[in-house]
Amino acid sequence: MIRKVRPHPSQNESLLFETSSPGKIGYQLPPLDVPAVDPAEALGAQNVRHEIADFPEVSEVDVIRHFTRLSTWNYAIDLGLYPLGSCTMKYNPRVNEAVARTEGLMWIHPYQPDALSQGAFAILAEIERALAEITGMDAVTLQPAAGAHGELTGILLVRAFLEAQGNARKKVIVPDSAHGTNPASVRMAGYEVVNVASNDRGMLDAEALARMVDEDVAAIMITNPNTLGVFEEHITEVARILHAKGALVYMDGANMNALAGISRPGDYGVDLMHLNLHKTFSTPHGGGGPGSGPVAVKRSLEPFLPLPRLQHAPSGWSWNYDRPQSIGRVRAFYGNFGVLVRALAYIMAHGGDGLRRATLDALLNANYLRKLLEPHYEIAYHAPSMHECVFRHASTGPIAKRLIDYGFHPYTVSFPLIVHGAMMIEPTETESKQELDLFADALISIAQEVKENPDLVSTAPHSTRTTKVDEVAAARKPILKWGR
Amino acid sequence: MLDTIGASTLEDLYAHLPEDVRFHGALNIPAGKSEYEIVEYFHERGLENANSHANFLGAGVYHHYRPVLVDAVVSRSEFLTSYTPYQAEISQGTLTAIFEFQTMICQLTGMDVANASMYDGSTAVPEAAMMAMRITGRDGIAVARTVHPEYREVLGTYTRHQSTSVTEFEYDPETGQVDLESLEQALNETTAAVIIQSPNFFGVVENAKQIAEMAHAKGALLVYVFTEAVSLGLLEPPRDADIVAGELQSFAIAPSYGGPFAGIIACKEKYVRQLPGRLVGETKDANGNRAFCLTLATREQHIRREKATSNICTNQALIALMATVFMALYGKQGLRELAEQNLAKAHYLGERLWRRFKGPYFNEFVAATGVQSPDEINRRLLGFQIVGGLPLDRFYPELRNSVLLCCTEMSSRADMDAVAEAFGA
Repeated sequence: MIRKVRPHPSQNESLLFETSSPGKIGYQLPPLDVPAVDPAEALGAQNVRHEIADFPEVSEVDVIRHFTRLSTWNYAIDLGLYPLGSCTMKYNPRVNEAVARTEGLMWIHPYQPDALSQGAFAILAEIERALAEITGMDAVTLQPAAGAHGELTGILLVRAFLEAQGNARKKVIVPDSAHGTNPASVRMAGYEVVNVASNDRGMLDAEALARMVDEDVAAIMITNPNTLGVFEEHITEVARILHAKGALVYMDGANMNALAGISRPGDYGVDLMHLNLHKTFSTPHGGGGPGSGPVAVKRSLEPFLPLPRLQHAPSGWSWNYDRPQSIGRVRAFYGNFGVLVRALAYIMAHGGDGLRRATLDALLNANYLRKLLEPHYEIAYHAPSMHECVFRHASTGPIAKRLIDYGFHPYTVSFPLIVHGAMMIEPTETESKQELDLFADALISIAQEVKENPDLVSTAPHSTRTTKVDEVAAARKPILKWGR
Repeated sequence: MLDTIGASTLEDLYAHLPEDVRFHGALNIPAGKSEYEIVEYFHERGLENANSHANFLGAGVYHHYRPVLVDAVVSRSEFLTSYTPYQAEISQGTLTAIFEFQTMICQLTGMDVANASMYDGSTAVPEAAMMAMRITGRDGIAVARTVHPEYREVLGTYTRHQSTSVTEFEYDPETGQVDLESLEQALNETTAAVIIQSPNFFGVVENAKQIAEMAHAKGALLVYVFTEAVSLGLLEPPRDADIVAGELQSFAIAPSYGGPFAGIIACKEKYVRQLPGRLVGETKDANGNRAFCLTLATREQHIRREKATSNICTNQALIALMATVFMALYGKQGLRELAEQNLAKAHYLGERLWRRFKGPYFNEFVAATGVQSPDEINRRLLGFQIVGGLPLDRFYPELRNSVLLCCTEMSSRADMDAVAEAFGA
């Protein structure tokens, strides 16, 4: 039975270009307090455009209704459980939004004198310290704009570190359960990717790994817990194997929501790792960005971190550009400051104890769901789950779509690639028992439907304003913009 | 819940972890704070920064007015707290908005295709360069010294390990535009792309058409970079370019100490398969209604892994949405009027100062400080609650006693008069 949703009116809405009519405006500028300038005279007639053809002409009311109507066509965390595995769709506290819009934080220019940015420096220093503490690392760069950007930064750090020792080496080992960004980032840093298979428990096989690691290996890129939601129990041994050959251990911290407060990678051999502040630290996903992907490193890698670095003197904070061993900049300015502010607000609200408690609640919710679902779905690996669990079902795609009819966002479908028919479920600590029970009931009911009424499932969703979208047609003949 | 699981305490949930990976201490992070305390903390940090100063800094980050409607829209839970729109049936809001965004970026830039946004302008540039290398099969990049210095640094970081040779070419000290002779020398049969910025870092408008001809004659592509998106309201779109890489911060995205912003890459139709980043396309649903979805994902890393066009896995959806609302509100007429106001303000101040370069300028220009040092002038301006321009010797050692100034619709006549006075004009 579908208990969570009932249909409600959902308004149609044209594209802005279609509602547009000549002469309509939605803005007002103050009167110009200086003499007007003739563009053709100032810029040269050949440099001045005639008009922006087909650009929208709409009123303020048109704009607010347009985007509000569009918004109602989206699912969101604020509407309910969003169990996308490895995405950590937790509640995004609204206080974080409020503080990021503090006047003196929102309007500061990256090139204003350091003396006029001391509050910003204090915030950056505080979050660097907190992230180093949580990961058990010694130094943090806040510059990377997203997780994949952090990966690239991390592998460039590996390269710079090894080059400084005289040999950059050739290969980076990536487990087959890894997110696709890992191998792509490795290539961008000029390394060859060597894939390593997981064993039948969904973990890295230390013995098999030992046979692969030689003096050509620069690093291993290991996601922990891995994308099966399983803790890599041999990670200490893995680190020993890599270190024995002079190679480094990079950890993809996408799943740090399983570890914060109970396990610190820096304590057991991880040399560097990135964090996704938009996952573990609750900054909003915003329909796909902005993110933030700080990289935390051990002391030996600190000299190579991107330019510039924070420095403190009795006169106050400033930026240090005198870092001859640095890999250079990975982006302009200092990182996604507005996202960092939100993440620090999250850390402050929780405190050390609260972070640990959030982790335990995330483990509790994932394991509770696993228990409820295990009689009805086949678990991919029997190893204990951390913050997410992965089941398998031949109809994973249709089941996901059918979940929408029950009022839930689907889980992550068909990932990791090593599980055929993967259903990857991460509830996060946000959810109450009631919401988890409703979700489990929905999946159990769908398991029944698959057997009794497979057409109902394979043609889902049935309750949405947009029915099944033809993605194949979209790719065959791409229409990537509106035209007359 | 613990009973259902068969555990007696929460700690049991990770009892299977080896002893040596468990953290037994307490994190050295102060106890959780109330909402009020958190708001107060950030309020106080904000007070330690510049507040309510007038600001004449540009250089890639611009002070433009942010219409109130922008935050009203992006604060909608359905936009703010949704994930990447993989499940098209319940993500049509985000997908439709991105489709409109892609369309408007094409209209502004004169390109055929635009992606759903990049991290920012500085990372869009190396992505555009790598795209050009894939298209041409060449590995040389010629970049103008008038491209934002930090963008060039990022280009260096990205390309260092890809057997790319990056050559910089000079600017004409008279005009501040690309020195065509220097460009000619930098071009050869291995050049994949010529990268220019317009208006360039000095605020000067480049002759993109002529540079495109020179690049194309050598079989190279032209990558056109912009940092001041408002200029596109007035400037001829870079139709002669092959790839456009830019920063949209000017479109209602707060300066926020340098991020988060939103970049774009747009290109000619024939290069779409090499375009990095997300793309939204139009299609139909099962009932034949118009619908949108992410498309051409076979270029991307989650399918192609190490063979992907880029490791980019996200866009800047919410920030791009700010820009989308901004573009809709200002519209055809407003963006032009806004650009004309910027032009007028900058020329009001620019024509009173000793400008270093004679090339046409939009809302930024380089002023010579004469016998005074830039720091002296800026110190004096701070007394009037004015943040002055950027001393350029930091990036261009040869440009001593030179300041990059920016005027926008937010620069008042009184403040500009104060700046002119401080320069002794």
